[in-house]
Amino acid sequence: MTDWLTPDEWRAVALSLRVSLVATLVSLPIGIFVAYALARWRFPGRQLLNGLVHLPLVLPPVVTGYLLLLTFGRTGAIGAFLDRWFGLVFAFRWTGAALAAAIMAFPLMVRAIRLTIEAVDPKLEQAASTLGASKPLVFATVTLPLILPGIVAGSILAFAKAMGEFGATITFVSNIPGQTQTIPSAIYALLQAPGGEGAAGRLVIVAVIAAMAALLLSEWIARLVARRVGAS
Amino acid sequence: MSLRIALRHGFPGFDLDVDFGAPSGVTALYGRSGSGKTTIVNAVAGLLRPDAGRVVADGVTLTDTTAGTFMPPHKRRIGYVFQEGRLFPHLSVRSNLTYGARLAGSRDAAEFDRIVDLLGIANLLDRRPAKLSGGEKSRVALGRAILSKPRLLLMDEPLAALDEARKAEILPYLERLRDETGLPILYVSHSPSEVARLATTVVLIDAGRVAAVGEAAEVFSDPAAAHALGLREAGAVLVARIEAHEADGLTRLSTSAGPLLLPHVNGSPGTSVRVRLLAQDVMIALEKPSGISALNILPARVTEIRVGEGPGALVRLEAGDEIILARITRRSATTLQLAPGREVHAVLKAVSIAKESVGEI
Repeated sequence: MTDWLTPDEWRAVALSLRVSLVATLVSLPIGIFVAYALARWRFPGRQLLNGLVHLPLVLPPVVTGYLLLLTFGRTGAIGAFLDRWFGLVFAFRWTGAALAAAIMAFPLMVRAIRLTIEAVDPKLEQAASTLGASKPLVFATVTLPLILPGIVAGSILAFAKAMGEFGATITFVSNIPGQTQTIPSAIYALLQAPGGEGAAGRLVIVAVIAAMAALLLSEWIARLVARRVGAS
Repeated sequence: MSLRIALRHGFPGFDLDVDFGAPSGVTALYGRSGSGKTTIVNAVAGLLRPDAGRVVADGVTLTDTTAGTFMPPHKRRIGYVFQEGRLFPHLSVRSNLTYGARLAGSRDAAEFDRIVDLLGIANLLDRRPAKLSGGEKSRVALGRAILSKPRLLLMDEPLAALDEARKAEILPYLERLRDETGLPILYVSHSPSEVARLATTVVLIDAGRVAAVGEAAEVFSDPAAAHALGLREAGAVLVARIEAHEADGLTRLSTSAGPLLLPHVNGSPGTSVRVRLLAQDVMIALEKPSGISALNILPARVTEIRVGEGPGALVRLEAGDEIILARITRRSATTLQLAPGREVHAVLKAVSIAKESVGEI
């Protein structure tokens, strides 16, 4: 079974899963916060924040990747700072691939969560506050359980987007086997070389299976959560 | 326990300016929709910051705009029963009920059982709110507010979303609640029969102003308040004691004004009830009529006649210790030469008294 794919190809599959998982989990708390702010708060710069979040959705991925390289690269303003003070390097590392995937998936995640927050009746939160719940407790005991379906949907969507991210990743962290080579960039590399179609085909099958599994899993979790929340 | 409310708050096209006190017992905020009742309770609960004003409950200042005091809702310990119930859809009935108590860190199992029993919701505990009927939701919402150990209960038309049958199902629970928990209650309603049954004090709100404050019997029989009440709803509230249930389906009651015969009233002999007599159901006769189908003829004395712009007149009568209000035409008032001090007879048909106008004390 293991020799069905070459070690490099296995590494690409494992890396893709790791990059997507880390990108989703790390951006989730930020995504919930930004979605809540956009849905509920009125503050100056709200439209700007909204535009910034959605930018990766409308920009060519290559442009996003290049902008990441400029800011988070070793000589970039943020990249240099993180390297000096936290030893955190993004450029040409798997962490960079995760950052690129997270940025590209962020708008999808925020949109899904924001929609469910907007569907939560603020009157329920008011009721909780009259029963003695402080603002953080209202969020934890009423808002959060009610938006769980949106959080699940947003996470799965972000994970799937991260699995498929190609343009920004290859621009920002290149295509180094075992380092930054995810499934899409491995397929791209194989198709560039003569006789790579067979290997590319096998990776395509892996990609299809992973995508289908993510979809089925999300359907199942969404149904489970909906039943728990009592929406159905 | 006392509650003192003084508020000023402006909305586009409407402003509220009220100042009144609520003693213990049930204080009803009564008025038409849009008169500002919900704004007042929201300000008491802390869900609304008034432009100016003070809310003091039990000596504790909850809101004082001049001193800049505004206690957030979760610290006020005020139970709020909303019109739509607002049960948490993701929690079972049991978790809904214990929500407030858990936050307060005080789970009193005996108190829980007592309230669940009082409201008759023991068989619903493991269900989800989505699976409850309207009346069941109302009772659970009521229980949830009570179990949060509030110092004061606010009820914003808790029965408005229910049909008459469901209302009749809940009203006895509210009466028991009033009598058994001793919690002060601020009760918003635009239903005179609810108010007449439940309220000890009535605050009549009209277009953002207090039109009258007083005991329920007083306010409802005050001809000056009749306009704000709505003429059709004006009427007196009498205290009566059930004497006997007669074989033909009528119930004999005694009041200080004299005996009353009404269609069957629930309750065993000896029970005291309130009876609301609508002004438009009361006729006035100078001499005790005979050969008339109306069963109830009470001797009374005219104390006040109020004539409005229309062809009608409101006559306030004193019968025993009770006040009765009669709505007649101006022409009749002139023809009968009614004047304060005049001895008359109040005539009312037994069947005109609706069931929902009679309730326990």
